[in-house]
Amino acid sequence: MSSASTASNTQVRIATIGSVDDGKSTLIGRLLHDSKGIFEDQLSAVSKASRRYGDGTFNLALLTDGLRAEREQGITIDVAYRYFATPKRSFVLADTPGHAQFTRNMVTGASVSDIAIVLVDARHGVVEQTRRHVSIATLLGVSHLVLAVNKMDLVNWDETVFDTVVTDVAAIVSTLGSSVPIHPIPICATDGENVVEAGDKTPWYEGPSVLELLETLDIMPAATIEARLAVQWTLREHGGSDYRGYAGRLEGGAIRIGDSVTVHPQGYSSIVAGLTRAGSPTDISVPGDAIAIELADDLDVGKGNVIVVNGDHQPVDATGLIADVCWFTDTELNVGDAIVVRHASGEVSARVSAITHRLDLETLENTPTDRLILNDIGRVELALASPLVVDEYTVNRAGGSAIAIDPVSNATIGALMIRSAY
Amino acid sequence: MSAVTSQNELEILASRSHLDRLESEAITIIREVVSGCESPVLLFSGGKDSAVLLWLAIKAFAPARLPFPVMQVDTGHNFPEVMEYRDEFVRKYGLELVVASVQESIDRGDIPDPGPTGSRNRQQAVTLLTAIRTHKFDAAFGGGRRDEDKARAKERILSFRDKKGGWEPRMQRPEPWNILNPRIVKGEHLRAFPISNWTELDIWEYIAREEIPLPTIYFSHERTVIERDGMLLSVGGPVVVEEGEIPTKRIVRYRTVGDMSCTGAIASTATTYEDVLAEVSTARITERGATRADDNFSESAMEDRKREGYF
Repeated sequence: MSSASTASNTQVRIATIGSVDDGKSTLIGRLLHDSKGIFEDQLSAVSKASRRYGDGTFNLALLTDGLRAEREQGITIDVAYRYFATPKRSFVLADTPGHAQFTRNMVTGASVSDIAIVLVDARHGVVEQTRRHVSIATLLGVSHLVLAVNKMDLVNWDETVFDTVVTDVAAIVSTLGSSVPIHPIPICATDGENVVEAGDKTPWYEGPSVLELLETLDIMPAATIEARLAVQWTLREHGGSDYRGYAGRLEGGAIRIGDSVTVHPQGYSSIVAGLTRAGSPTDISVPGDAIAIELADDLDVGKGNVIVVNGDHQPVDATGLIADVCWFTDTELNVGDAIVVRHASGEVSARVSAITHRLDLETLENTPTDRLILNDIGRVELALASPLVVDEYTVNRAGGSAIAIDPVSNATIGALMIRSAY
Repeated sequence: MSAVTSQNELEILASRSHLDRLESEAITIIREVVSGCESPVLLFSGGKDSAVLLWLAIKAFAPARLPFPVMQVDTGHNFPEVMEYRDEFVRKYGLELVVASVQESIDRGDIPDPGPTGSRNRQQAVTLLTAIRTHKFDAAFGGGRRDEDKARAKERILSFRDKKGGWEPRMQRPEPWNILNPRIVKGEHLRAFPISNWTELDIWEYIAREEIPLPTIYFSHERTVIERDGMLLSVGGPVVVEEGEIPTKRIVRYRTVGDMSCTGAIASTATTYEDVLAEVSTARITERGATRADDNFSESAMEDRKREGYF
């Protein structure tokens, strides 16, 4: 791509969310197009496809709707990932499907994003799927919500229409008890107004364009807990060496040679004797790094163990979890069901011991229930067959998240956010 | 220990570039697949993406040895420079190499003979699936990137393949928080794409930063080529000069490496990592659009091949 990207460029991950036909794919097409993130052969392929599937006008959505069924039906089924860079940042952009039946794919795209762009069609305002997506993104804990009120040209750039949408979205977020910042922008994705450049149709809006925001929002997480490493694999050298490195990705805080640590769930104590990051020796590592730790003591440590720097915030060695779940499958979840829970610290059998409530997307209130159906967001209690080493999701995303797997079909059937553990 | 982030740590965090983030992500995926599968293999074509993938895998397990073999699907239409490079890389890092031969699949009658000059690119899928079955591999790492093609843009990091090796885009397993689900039953297998989120430019920036060795054909050299279907094809092997085509000597390099019969060269004077980086960062045509005849047959060419078991 023509835009310069330098080795010191930070990478930002974004998801576009919102209801079907609110213009997510078109906004991305516009961002890519106007930031020169599209190659000429891709443009000519879109022109060709526009003639075939559309009314002949150049359809930017066809840039991301890559599956044949998507182009034929004019909808997004699965997440599409797109990449572009500006001189300031490089971006990984997940275009998620608006249809309720593909909510699982929206969760996949939004779960690893720093920023969610919420698209709302100004003519229709906030609809059920908007509430669902905003709720999920808020529960997932994105750092920022960029609220792009789209198709403003079709409501004559009416400020009161814009204000109503902003008020409605703010109400969803505050009802869920979240303080995630919301950044509202009036746009028209098809002609690019306020997408990359500030437009001239909204004298009442003086804020930045969508791209300006994406380039400047602060996404650096503040570490508030001690470093932890869920061991993925033990590295051993062949022939003579007694090197033993516990490999995994660091989460929570920084770790240094000499730090005192506890190995969960056994409770062993030791000291960090050596560190490598991406295979090279280092003295200190920070969250997100793929590292390997050597310990000063010869201990029985491997996959399933979590090495934690000593301090006030230790994870829980849990055989019981209370979690919010996004339910992904047509088969309903009932009390007593057996599932497999896969977490950074291992994969265990579990039984649903209670289902307490589900989120009613009309009222945004928790409604008592004893079962969850496709696309429900609800609270469950799980009894684990053996311990997992977990954190609360709001404290540490990596230690507080897990997936539910069907033990018979092996399908991934739910996303779990751990609220408490015992 | 205080958990509050110190100034020093903040500075280190801020110094982690997009390449560092991509590197850590890829290494984490590689380790997770190895710990979750019985018998993985890494597909190594000798191309730049598989070179980066192999480099990351070596780093993921250093100083220990790579705990799985690498496999090349040999179409028989290889650039000799790429074969030399493959052998040198394997020797230098003490890797175990498995070669799966398309010619053997043809000899056995598993796939129709496309003739000495026909492309063997699509047929590779059959050879690949046979090798996966024969060696009982349950996961194959590939260097596929989502920015290569619109069907690839839809692929998960861990791609589930049924007993026939097929890909069903509507049935992909969700991967919230990048938590991978490697559970399969006998006969099924997984494809793992640790560098899904890398762009062509990221690949070149990383190659330059790490000084990863590459086949010489990625850099500018003189070569006898003909122009066919808008592409510069190297004369020799499966590429036979047809009537009306005039072989000419040109200064070229390759942007991708594949089957000789369908991989085109581009005019270029880039001789160093930095030259190539400068060229890639101003390119206006995708690498596959510019150099691969196999993807240009139809709008869904890649999706169709993936459903059949292709990478």
